[in-house]
Amino acid sequence: MASGSGSTEFWRGARATPTMIIAIAPFGLLFGALAADNGFSVLEATLMSALVYGGASQIVGVELFGQRAAPWMIVLSIFIVNTRSILYSAAVGRLIGSWSAARKALAFFLLVDLQYAESEREAERGHRLTFAWYLGLGLPIYLTWIAEAAVGAAFGRLITDPYALGLDFLVPVYFLSLVMGFRRRANWLPVVAASAMGSMLAYVTLGSPWHVTIGALAGILLAAAMPLPRYAEPKRG
Amino acid sequence: MSTTLWIILAAAAVTYLARILGHLVLSRFARVPPRVQAGLDAVPAAVLTTLVAPAALGGGVPELAALLVTALVALRGSALVTFVAGAAVLIALRNLPW
Repeated sequence: MASGSGSTEFWRGARATPTMIIAIAPFGLLFGALAADNGFSVLEATLMSALVYGGASQIVGVELFGQRAAPWMIVLSIFIVNTRSILYSAAVGRLIGSWSAARKALAFFLLVDLQYAESEREAERGHRLTFAWYLGLGLPIYLTWIAEAAVGAAFGRLITDPYALGLDFLVPVYFLSLVMGFRRRANWLPVVAASAMGSMLAYVTLGSPWHVTIGALAGILLAAAMPLPRYAEPKRG
Repeated sequence: MSTTLWIILAAAAVTYLARILGHLVLSRFARVPPRVQAGLDAVPAAVLTTLVAPAALGGGVPELAALLVTALVALRGSALVTFVAGAAVLIALRNLPW
């Protein structure tokens, strides 16, 4: 319950980060390499990681950019991929209600999947979320994420045979591993089936990037229309 | 400014919007409407599936084998182990002299 001093709290948060940093490093590097492959400069790739800070959405963005999708379509697709954060911020907002507005504003910028999951765990352990702990957790992950984009983009330009390295198809592999991670959610299989059918149909008939929007809407609308599962107060810390 | 830079700035703005929107809007409801909750809950799987299925359409043996291994390993392994297993199958099969 009792919170230590600022620096104690910061280091308590930071101590949890090395394994997470190792776990996300491949994706940070992959983003950088894909960004370079799709025509981003090293500086642009690094800037995108620093300003957007959302792995899956950044990868979607540079892939669509490489397919010459309209800029508004790229931005819309990035927003759609990140709409899951809406639930995160509603949940975490309740845990940090006493913080100043400026601290909250910074906290929401850092609210990626990992930060959300760890904040919920911290609350479950009975700790009050402190700003220092939150930064101790978030800053090392954020700063290494930016560095990985720079390294990935710099070395991505040296890759002469992206096909042999599987670079083009590592993205579907990565996203499938994420999809599987959500398999315990309500109506997961019907949602995935509807999105798969919708996206393939849109891809064949309308072409990229409509498959993202239309496929996602198919799954989301189906979930909203299906008999409601009982939620045992989910997402609440 | 270049188009790329504009895209990055707009992407940053909409991403930040998604990260504060839940706090600004949903926290005003005592309870999120259940169908909105069900729809939002389905967002990650729905979106991410659209980035897999069309890619699988054009896939050959290495691509489909990689997806199959990824799905199977995901039932047991962590996200990182799953990704590495799928990537290893893809790269190995693509570099085999068929």
